[in-house]
Amino acid sequence: MPKISLEEVVKQLGLEIVVPGEGLRKEVRWAYCGDLLSDVMANSKEGDLWITIQTHQNIVAVAILKEHSGILIAGNKEPDPETVGKSQKERLCLLRAKENSFEVCGRLYEILKKDVG
Amino acid sequence: MIELRADLHIHTCLSPCGDLDMTPKRILKKAKEVGLDLIAITDHNACGNVEVAQSIGEELGIQVMAGMEVTSKEEVHLLGIFGEVQRAKELEEVLHKGLKIQNDPEIFGYQALVNEKDEVEGFVSPLLISASHLSLEEVLRKVHELGGLCIAAHVDKPSYSIISQLGFIPKALELDAVEVWDISHYLTLLNQGYGLEGFTVVYGSDSHFLHQLGGRYTKIVVEDPSFYELSLALRNQEGRRAWVEGS
Repeated sequence: MPKISLEEVVKQLGLEIVVPGEGLRKEVRWAYCGDLLSDVMANSKEGDLWITIQTHQNIVAVAILKEHSGILIAGNKEPDPETVGKSQKERLCLLRAKENSFEVCGRLYEILKKDVG
Repeated sequence: MIELRADLHIHTCLSPCGDLDMTPKRILKKAKEVGLDLIAITDHNACGNVEVAQSIGEELGIQVMAGMEVTSKEEVHLLGIFGEVQRAKELEEVLHKGLKIQNDPEIFGYQALVNEKDEVEGFVSPLLISASHLSLEEVLRKVHELGGLCIAAHVDKPSYSIISQLGFIPKALELDAVEVWDISHYLTLLNQGYGLEGFTVVYGSDSHFLHQLGGRYTKIVVEDPSFYELSLALRNQEGRRAWVEGS
């Protein structure tokens, strides 16, 4: 398992921090990419950084349920105001990238796989 | 009070995925044959064939509601049902401002406007199956502002449903009903955290082809087949009811 903090991911990918949540020291174990929340609920894992283009407030509930390290909204999309509010309330880290999901995933994969033994 | 069969989810040839045989005239003829009393025409993000269907419905004694199957920006399908076609047109106008992709009939199919004699009068150019710019909550708010009923479409289906796209129904969402595809599947989803509890359940055929009409419908008990009575039935008020057989 990689041991890399959200802070490091933010730095290396040049991400925007929308909501810092509990703090950026949290560990990113792996990542999951998907926009169908039913699929993310079924297949993502604890500690994943979730990459999505969905901006609806339900993404916060899913990330909390699955104990993700945070959500990264790709494709320069703006989270809905309710989503930002919920992230603040739930102290969940919400990040944003200008690049699309493919580009974000490619770069993140390079970072995370370095730390896999 | 009378017991009627209602199908609130029918596409015409205006939906690119709808068969070209789905003209208002043929739909109404078939609806009569299979014993439907009340239907809603619900094309994707458009309502251009509603008025023709309504005038044919009047001749045949079938109540035709103005409706639309709206795609939210999360790609959740929602039915908007209106008492007046003008309200549906207002919603259509809002939605069309956000539809940026043009239809290619070779790829997606024709989006045909048809008259009472089954003649094609024109084609609609924005790709109607694409997602609108409104969120789920914004669609719901807009439909209610316009006096309409908002029903989450085929909630138990693996695509374009509120559950497939958003995992579960957000709390306190003021839907007027949920449309279910398979009642036995729906029953297994109850009390599993999907937020389906407490909503009136309806069946709609989601017909894209003539032979699909009559396959699934909702039973309603009302005074008459008006929009007002339908809304009472969905709310289970004043002795009016709406239900699916087997539920």
